[in-house]
Amino acid sequence: MSNPDTAERAPVVLNPALAYDRSPPKPDAPTPNEERWSNVHAPDAMRATTASAETGTTSANRALRVFLRNPNAMTGLIFLVLVVAAALLAPVLYPEDPLSMVARPFIWPGTNSTYPLGTDSLGRDVLSGILHGARISLLVGIVATVIGLAVGLIIGSTAGYFGGWVDDVLVKLIEIVQTLPSFILLVVLVAIAQPSVAVVTGAVGIVSWPTVARLVRSEFRAIREKDYVVAARSLGYGHVRIIIREILPNALPPIIVTSSVMVASAILMESALSFMGLGDPNLVSWGSMIGDGRELLRTAWYLTAIPGLAIVFTVLALNLIGDGLNDALNPRFTDER
Amino acid sequence: MTAYRRIGRALLRTALQAIPTILVIIVLDFFLLQLAPGDAADVMAGEAGSATEETVAALRSRFGLDLPILHRLFAYLDNLAHFSLGFSPRYNMPVAELIGQRLPGTLLLMLVALAIAVVLGLALGSIMAVFAGKLPDRIISVLSLLFYSIPGFWIGLMLIVLFSVKLGWLPSGGSGTIGSDLTGLHAVLDQLRYMILPATSLALFYVAIYARLTRAAMLEVKSQDYVRTAAAKGLSPFTITTRHILRNALLPVTTMAGMHLGGMLGGAVVVETVYSWPGLGRLAFEAVMGRDFTVLLGILLLSSLVVIAANAVVDLLHAWLDPRIGVR
Repeated sequence: MSNPDTAERAPVVLNPALAYDRSPPKPDAPTPNEERWSNVHAPDAMRATTASAETGTTSANRALRVFLRNPNAMTGLIFLVLVVAAALLAPVLYPEDPLSMVARPFIWPGTNSTYPLGTDSLGRDVLSGILHGARISLLVGIVATVIGLAVGLIIGSTAGYFGGWVDDVLVKLIEIVQTLPSFILLVVLVAIAQPSVAVVTGAVGIVSWPTVARLVRSEFRAIREKDYVVAARSLGYGHVRIIIREILPNALPPIIVTSSVMVASAILMESALSFMGLGDPNLVSWGSMIGDGRELLRTAWYLTAIPGLAIVFTVLALNLIGDGLNDALNPRFTDER
Repeated sequence: MTAYRRIGRALLRTALQAIPTILVIIVLDFFLLQLAPGDAADVMAGEAGSATEETVAALRSRFGLDLPILHRLFAYLDNLAHFSLGFSPRYNMPVAELIGQRLPGTLLLMLVALAIAVVLGLALGSIMAVFAGKLPDRIISVLSLLFYSIPGFWIGLMLIVLFSVKLGWLPSGGSGTIGSDLTGLHAVLDQLRYMILPATSLALFYVAIYARLTRAAMLEVKSQDYVRTAAAKGLSPFTITTRHILRNALLPVTTMAGMHLGGMLGGAVVVETVYSWPGLGRLAFEAVMGRDFTVLLGILLLSSLVVIAANAVVDLLHAWLDPRIGVR
């Protein structure tokens, strides 16, 4: 620790897996263990550092290559880009409020070129609703996932890293939240705080953190006893630094995979909530479009079918990407929820 | 005999461990629900239309809604200690009775859905594992990903359009033909007709999960030594797959199925809404909207019990599937 230079570099040497890879660190030179160990504080630590940093990049590159070669994942990526484009272009193509009445009601899709997807019972343009709905779905999906990830990471890493009674208490907390049916909890939370985009997003985030927390906890428990963590501890690093710099990068692959699936399920939850009439009443969302169309299922089923297809399209894209990431990063867990 | 006693002891321990958990859940739920603006008296007064301040106050004091929070919490816990779930102001009947009316329908729906999901998931997963990397595997894995991405309420509505509106084969809602005097087998078949669409909508999502889980577990088991031994003994591939691989691959699937039983109640809220199925999920939603929190607390309590019971059953099932695990 006396040499600030070494202190800065040592963890990189000890931490092979900035590379998203679980393979044990390849020895930089075929020297006996004791000698390699002394390298950490030796003058040629510099060489060792660059060597392992290189393995890091190649491994990340390999994961990226595997991902880009996967036809399913690429299909998902293209789908998602289309949805993002729809969300971004919505205010440009349809600057008017999608809830405003623009034409005669019940124009079937494909019968009027001005309204390619038709109009609903109040004469609102369905295509405009779909494009604007993409904004809500993506916004809720992404922000809720960030919230869920943040809470789950903090609780999961604390439980997994410290163990002992902290772990016991937090695991009990996770169990209690998971015992409640999540959708009912979601309905309760949204009903308590009155429906708005912010509330729906927050509630979805709150409901989804336990999955992340469990995952992060088990990763941290597995990694906590690894040699490089023990070494970092013996070098006198603080808990926060060990958690963030040493363990977290190695726990990332399964978390990355989970987060894409989380965005997908957040979108599904948001659509179910708005379908039940618990969405933001002033904004159009795919779920609320289905809820409105439901009354007219017998006569105008396209009003239900089209927004539903939009949801399936988006969620499928995210799940395809999640699968591709899973294959590329190849973590030890199978996706389970 | 000793096996039964061991199982009994294990169940007793599970029950004892569950009590503090459930107590914490009740207290947390109770305070969470107190945060909600308005109470049952407000909603009832609003629905009645012409309520005065005095009638609302009278309603509140009649149902004890005007007492301090802690007072109400202790009253509720006291009720529970006497095995009573309290009284619903909105439905004007004891909560236990109300839940008792709705529970069989939902339980039936959930179990049928779970059965469909497990059977179909195991079948699809086995096919994928046997043909791993080949065309059937690819097709089914994309299909299962599609199932995984479809919102349950939307596929429910689409099934109604196809099978009820266009084809007219199956009823679009409800849980039985009203006023029918069918008996015996006909009554069961009638129920089944109403059950098919909601159970399928609820199951589809879980079919995808179990199929993928089965595939992964079977591929993992396939490379074990005892599978090679079984092949060396000259067992047929079918026997090896069903008796040796599938049996061991069942472990993760049963674990997940047990965990999902509680979550399915959430899915039931939406599916029951779509099919106007008179069940517990719908009741929970109505209770939230009507601020009828005694009913909601009762349902949440019940669903926690179901989850805990399901976990206990899964433990026993594991001990049966894999004798090495044993009943703790």
